[in-house]
Amino acid sequence: MIRTLLLTTLLASPALADEIWVTNEMDDTLSVIDVDTLAVTATYPIGERPRGVTFSKDFKYLYVCASDSNAVQVIDPDTGTVLHDLPSGDDPEQFVLAPDDRLLYIANENDAVTTVVDTQTRKVVAQIDVGVEPEGMGISPDGKVQVTTSETTNMAHWIDTQTHKIIANSLVDSRPRHAEFSPDGSELWVSSEIGGTVAVFDAATQVEKGKISFAIKGVRAEKIQPVGMLFSPDATKVFVALGPANHIAVVDAKTLTVERYILVGRRVWHMAFSPDQTRLFTTNGVSGDVTVIDVASLEPVATIKVGRFPWGAAARQTP
Amino acid sequence: MKRMLAGVLAGGLAGATGAQAEMLRIDWLERQVVPPPVLSNMQAEPATLGLDGARLSLADIATTGKFTGQEYRLVETVVPPEADFLPAARAALADGARVLVVRAPAADLLALADLPEARGALIFNTDAPDEALRGTDCRANVLHTLPSYAMRTDALAQFIVTKRWTHLAMIEGTLPEDRAYAAALRASLTKFGLSLAAEKTWDFDANMRRAAAAEVPLFTQDLPEHDLLLVADEPGDFARYVAYNTWLPRPLAGSEGAKPVGWAGVVEQNGAAQLQNRFRDLAGREMSADDYAAWVAIAAIGEAATRTKATDAATLRGYLLSDKARIGGFLGRPLGFRDWDGQLRQPIPIVTERAVVAQAPFEGFLHATNELDTLGPDRPETQCTAFGGAK
Repeated sequence: MIRTLLLTTLLASPALADEIWVTNEMDDTLSVIDVDTLAVTATYPIGERPRGVTFSKDFKYLYVCASDSNAVQVIDPDTGTVLHDLPSGDDPEQFVLAPDDRLLYIANENDAVTTVVDTQTRKVVAQIDVGVEPEGMGISPDGKVQVTTSETTNMAHWIDTQTHKIIANSLVDSRPRHAEFSPDGSELWVSSEIGGTVAVFDAATQVEKGKISFAIKGVRAEKIQPVGMLFSPDATKVFVALGPANHIAVVDAKTLTVERYILVGRRVWHMAFSPDQTRLFTTNGVSGDVTVIDVASLEPVATIKVGRFPWGAAARQTP
Repeated sequence: MKRMLAGVLAGGLAGATGAQAEMLRIDWLERQVVPPPVLSNMQAEPATLGLDGARLSLADIATTGKFTGQEYRLVETVVPPEADFLPAARAALADGARVLVVRAPAADLLALADLPEARGALIFNTDAPDEALRGTDCRANVLHTLPSYAMRTDALAQFIVTKRWTHLAMIEGTLPEDRAYAAALRASLTKFGLSLAAEKTWDFDANMRRAAAAEVPLFTQDLPEHDLLLVADEPGDFARYVAYNTWLPRPLAGSEGAKPVGWAGVVEQNGAAQLQNRFRDLAGREMSADDYAAWVAIAAIGEAATRTKATDAATLRGYLLSDKARIGGFLGRPLGFRDWDGQLRQPIPIVTERAVVAQAPFEGFLHATNELDTLGPDRPETQCTAFGGAK
C-alpha cells in the first residue's frame, strides 16, 4: 500500500518544465535547472570530471563524457541514474551525436584519437588518428562529415563518416576548442582559444572564407579566448563564449561582424538554448554559475549557482 | 652518445597537404654538470631532466607534421661533465645543426653562440636563468625559454604586493646561484615599491638535518618583525630546514615555500593536466621547469615551422620574434618572444609542493602592450642591444 502510494507520487511528478542539464567538472555532478523557475531542481552524482553532454533526439537518454572515468555514461534523465557506460576510449572530453541519433563521435584527449561508438550495440565502430589533444567535435547536418579539432596540433580534421578517413586538414589559430556547422551545413566555424579568433570555412571546399577577431573595451586582448559557439535558432547570429574575457560575443553570421558583447560569469565555456529558444544558458567555470540571457533583448537576466566548474550544458524538452 | 629520434610517424594518411615532406632537424645539446652537494640525500636530479621535455615536444610536433606534411627529427648530443663542450658543439654544427635546443651553463652557451659556425643558427637557452644573458651578454642567435631570475622574482614581488605583506626579511645562501637570485629579489622588491627590513647570510656547516630545530630559531631570533621570510637557496640546500623552525611563525617564499617557477608538476589549469599526463606517461615523473623550457622551445619551433612552412633558422626566428607568434603553452595566455632580448614571455606560477598558489602577472599590474611584460626587463630598461636595441 505504502509502496503503491510512493510509486504514484513518483510517477505523478515527472519534470513538467523544460530543463537545462549542466556538467560540473570539479564536482563530478550534474545540475538540473528548471527553465521556468531558474532553480536547480536536482543534482546527480556522476563519473569523474564530466565535460561534454548531449541528449538523444527523444530526450530519453543523456550522454556525458566522464573524462577521468574513461567512459561515456548514459543517464536516464527521469531519474538521474546511470544506466550504463559506453566504451569511449581514453579520456573522452567532448563528443557529438550523429544526426542518425545512433553514432557518437568522441574526442579522446590523451590519445590523439577520435572514437566512433554505436550507442545501440555499445561497441566501438572505428578509431581515427587525429592531432594532439582532440577536443572540438562538429558534424554536418546531413551526417556526412565529422570535424575534430586538435588543440595542440591546431587543426580541424575533416572526417568522412562513411569511410572514417580524414579527407582534409585545415590549419587554424592556436588551440582550437570547438567546431560548429551552420544549420544549413554550408559553413564550419572553428574557435581558437589561444589564437583569440574564430575561423569560418566553406564546408564544401574546406576553404577558409573569413576570420573573426574580438575586442572588448577594458579587457586585455590575451584574455579573449573563444571556446564554445552556438548558432541562433534562426541561424542569423552566432554566440561565441570568450572564456576568461567573461563575455559572450554575438556575431552576425553573414557579415561576420561582432554586434555586441554580453557580460556573463567568469570563464564562460559553453551554452545551451532553452527548448523554446527564448533564453540562452552559459556555463561559467570559474564563478561556478550559469548566466541566463534573454535572446530577444540579448540582456543577461539571471545567474544560477550550480556546482564547481560547470563546463557543458544541454537542453531537455519535456513533453 | 648521439641518438636520433625519428619524428616521422606512420605516413600514408589521407589529407596530408605537403606533397614532399621537408625535414626540420632540431638538435638537443646538453652539457651535463655535477650539481653542488645539498644537505638532503633524498633528492636526485633525473638524468634526463630537460631532455624528456624535448622528446615529448618532438612527438607532439611530429604528430602535427603528419598532417602538414612536415617532418622533424631530434638529434641528441649529451656531453658528460668531464668532457669538453665546445668540440661536441662544433661537431653538431659541422654535421648540419641549425636549430639547437641547449641545456648548458651560461659560459658554455655563450661560447657556443659566439662560434663563427653558429652565426645565423637559432639557439634556445633552456637552462641558464642568468640576467646577463638577456642583458649585456645577450646574443642575436639565442632565444631563452627558461624564465630569467628577474621574471621569477618580479612575479613573487607582485604576489607580495597583492598580499599587502610590507615587512620582509631575507636569508641568503653563499653559492653564486643564491647570490644571483637574492640580487634579483632585491631588485624586484625595489621595482614594486617594497623593501627588506633585514637580511642574513646562511653559512652554517653543521648537519641541519639533525640541528635545524636547535639552530634555526636562534638564527632567526634577531630578525625584526616581518610578514614573510624570503629565502635565496637555489640548489635547494638549506631552506627546507628553515620552514617551521623559525623564531616567529612566518611563511617562506622564494626558493622554498611559495616558489615562483616557470613550471611545476602542480600546474593543472588551462589544459595543463593533459600535458602533465603525457609527460608522466613518457618520463615516469613530474614535469619540472627545465623540462617545460625544453618542451616549449620545441613547441615554438613547431609552431613557427607550421605557420611559415619554412625550416630555415632565419625565417623561424623572424616569426617567433614577431607579434604574430601566439604560442599555446598551457599557461592560460598566448606566449611570445620579446624582440628586445629574445626572452619567452610567459606567466609565472607561484607554487607550493601541492598546489599553484597564484599566477603572475597579477590583476592591477598594468602594461601598455602586454601584461606579461611586467615580468622581467621591459623594452625601455633592457641592457640588450643585439636585437637592434630598444625601439
